[in-house]
Amino acid sequence: MTETSLPLRAVRRDKRRWLLIIGYSLLGLLIAMALFAPWVSPYDPNAQVMADRLLPPDSHHWFGTDGFGRDLLSRVIYGTRPTLLLVVFILILTVPVGMTVGIAAGYLGGWVERILMRITDIFLALPSLVIALAMVAVLGPSILNGALALALTSWPPFARQARAETQQLRRSDYLAAAKMQGIQGLPLMFGHLLPLCLPSAVVRAALSLGGIILSAAGLGFLGMGVQPPTAEWGSMVAEGGKVIFDQWWVAAAPGGAILLASLTFNFIGDGLRDRLDSRHDS
Amino acid sequence: MTANASPFIIADRLTIGHPEGRPLVDGISFEIGKERVALVGESGSGKSLTARSLMGLLAPSLSLNASQLSLAGNDLLHLKPSQWQSLRGGKVAMVMQDPKYALNPSKTIGWQVEEPLILHRKLSRRQRQEKVLAMLEAVGLVNPQQLIKRYPNQLSGGMGQRIMLAIALITDPEFLIADEPTSALDHAMRDQVLSLIQDLVAQRDMGLLLISHDLQQVADHCQRVMVMYQGQILDRLAARDLGQATHPYTRTLWACRPSLATKGKRLPTLDRAALEGYS
Amino acid sequence: MVVSAPNSGRSMPVRRLIQRLAGNLFSLMITLLGLLAFTFTLSHLSPVDPVLQLVGDHATASTYAQVRHQLGLDHSLPVQFWHYLQQLGQGNLGVSQSTGQPVANDLLRTFPATFELATCALILGASCGIGLALISIWHPKSWIDHIARVISLLGYSVPVFWIGLLGLLLFYAGLHWSAGPGQLDDLYVYTLEPKTGLVLIDSWLSGDREMFINALQHLWLPVAILGLLSMASITRLLRAALLEENSKEYVTLARAKGASRWRIVWHHLLPNTRGTLITVVMLSYVSLLEGAVLTESVFAWPGLGRYLTNALFASDIPAILGATLVIGSCFIIINALTDALVWLTDPRTR
Repeated sequence: MTETSLPLRAVRRDKRRWLLIIGYSLLGLLIAMALFAPWVSPYDPNAQVMADRLLPPDSHHWFGTDGFGRDLLSRVIYGTRPTLLLVVFILILTVPVGMTVGIAAGYLGGWVERILMRITDIFLALPSLVIALAMVAVLGPSILNGALALALTSWPPFARQARAETQQLRRSDYLAAAKMQGIQGLPLMFGHLLPLCLPSAVVRAALSLGGIILSAAGLGFLGMGVQPPTAEWGSMVAEGGKVIFDQWWVAAAPGGAILLASLTFNFIGDGLRDRLDSRHDS
Repeated sequence: MTANASPFIIADRLTIGHPEGRPLVDGISFEIGKERVALVGESGSGKSLTARSLMGLLAPSLSLNASQLSLAGNDLLHLKPSQWQSLRGGKVAMVMQDPKYALNPSKTIGWQVEEPLILHRKLSRRQRQEKVLAMLEAVGLVNPQQLIKRYPNQLSGGMGQRIMLAIALITDPEFLIADEPTSALDHAMRDQVLSLIQDLVAQRDMGLLLISHDLQQVADHCQRVMVMYQGQILDRLAARDLGQATHPYTRTLWACRPSLATKGKRLPTLDRAALEGYS
Repeated sequence: MVVSAPNSGRSMPVRRLIQRLAGNLFSLMITLLGLLAFTFTLSHLSPVDPVLQLVGDHATASTYAQVRHQLGLDHSLPVQFWHYLQQLGQGNLGVSQSTGQPVANDLLRTFPATFELATCALILGASCGIGLALISIWHPKSWIDHIARVISLLGYSVPVFWIGLLGLLLFYAGLHWSAGPGQLDDLYVYTLEPKTGLVLIDSWLSGDREMFINALQHLWLPVAILGLLSMASITRLLRAALLEENSKEYVTLARAKGASRWRIVWHHLLPNTRGTLITVVMLSYVSLLEGAVLTESVFAWPGLGRYLTNALFASDIPAILGATLVIGSCFIIINALTDALVWLTDPRTR
């Protein structure tokens, strides 16, 4: 749009790298906190010290303490565990199912495709948070049920994308060559189509995880996540909400952690998508 | 063939490229008057970039350098956006390659042909409508009254190109730049559209810069030819002298035109190593 | 590309229109059916035994069987599903265990508050979001563009309930710019005449200026919070769509005609992003409905979301499923409407 000839490409490449660098570092930080929580946290996250209730942040407790005297920094660190565990569960549940449905639909075509896509559309049209709430309310709150509930409405975008890509690839020479070698059916779908659909699936996964983390935190906030006394960011914010006006730090720290985790995956998703787009352009 | 006293377009040591790469157009110089000139070359030779640079339509990631670049007396290196806006479509117009992509999918044909008039002329609505219909007839389209209500997706390739021509010529510009105007058309259409361009340009006393990779087409419709290869102008000659070209690249391009005469025979290929050595 | 028939003017053949809309309606029905199957399945997966709830733990086997038969639970699942649908058709969503009221009544009572919140937030979010996206495309790579991207990325990643709490802390407890939780001060809650159910409109209609201002003071903060969310996703998606259109050939041709930046944005970019714009705004509306679930508990807003939240805490299964059904149906219907609208406004489908 501008008349000047800014060296746009150089800038864009830097920005892309930047996003990914920050994203990956944050992810590394989160994973490290989850793995090394016992060694990194200064206190036991469940140790209640009633004498030290609701202390503001100071040199002993960097994030302060909550209503039960538990150190908030330790609880935030331990809170990475349910979050990342949920992320892993959801990925295991949604990506294989979504991609299988999408590739099968795109490859087999005909009424198989129509039925599969109809099913995909039904799940796509459901509100993820509300459905997840209903499911977890009925089945009982736990990480697994929460993952299942969120996965139920998160798999359709993968199916749609895999199907669109498969349809494009169907007409490609690469696939025609494979078919001429006699490869078809399942080996074709999993040996050839799947690897080709994987990069964009990874991007989509990163992009949707940001939102999934917010939904999971929402479940926790409403008491439908991991049950106390386990440290989970959403329920910690709920606890902090009760004392928000006098002890703001109890809600501030875990909410900030949720924001950070969501930003991490959004950075990675944006960075990867930019890189994928540029590869398509050039 | 001979340039006018002050050529319409002057380019001196024009260089276009990415800031940190090798140049895509490497210091070329040329002058074009009110004549029909062709710029030919393979894809990647830089011919399209050269054409776009004359209208200030380069992608923002590219950088442009020249010791002189002027069009109709305007110094293109130092134009303000408002000056560009009056120049483009007013004095110099462009026809692009594929009407499928170059026409706005959401606006009617009538609106799109009328747009240059709104931008460059002060006419009443009825006067504009009359001009639009007249122009559509001039480019050989039947039933213009019906056509102006259609949308681009309802047109064939040949019709689309004629409409692009109408859009370009409706403000009576002095110069036309045609960037591979027939590459997206089928063979039967190509000659028709190019003859139309030639006729209209002659009728309106305009200059033409035709970008093409088809030497035969160029020989039939232009007066002068500049041959580009990898960002440089290798050869300049009159169109009628193409058959007796001396430069090996031009000779190869001329010799490998597919035709009835060459049917069944192997077409000659270019010896690029020899080309690098030739200066 | 086919040269069209000589007399196809601007009107779409009516038959094709009806066919297409009928297809949309059919999809809509199937999806709603899917939602109903889901809620039905959940109601049967509930660990709470409705028969035991009625007869108590000490009932005899025959009483148990009798009540079970009365409730229709001894039929096969498909038959039970059919009964379920019939009940829904009559507007019977069961009775809430916490309020003791029919769920349908509860939902009707609480829906207007959520509607008010979501609609105001959408108006705010859409206007700011569209404006911000346009500014971005006007000055690409400028500092304004960067700020827009940062704001939208943050708004996209922030948990709405957290920022709601912080908002209350800052604007209510701290600055006293907001009147805090609830829709009206207690003083007005009982004197308001409910005409439309929408507090803002009702307080305006009542003529009591103080009451109207009070309603605004309560409304603005949750609307701002939700509006921020909406703006974030609208800016993000619209900006991407505008950038993509900007790199297309017809924009270059428009510039070759001598069109100004404004003309290109208004006459070339926006008309071609119309479909994306509609989709993005409608999608934002539905996600606001979900956002309301989380925000209403923070702001004690008496809407559908708070009703659902309370039902969750009380394990009030009929209420939970009823609210899920309503919100889910809104979701599905709005999605279907979006598809139809995008198709209708696309000049290419003529």
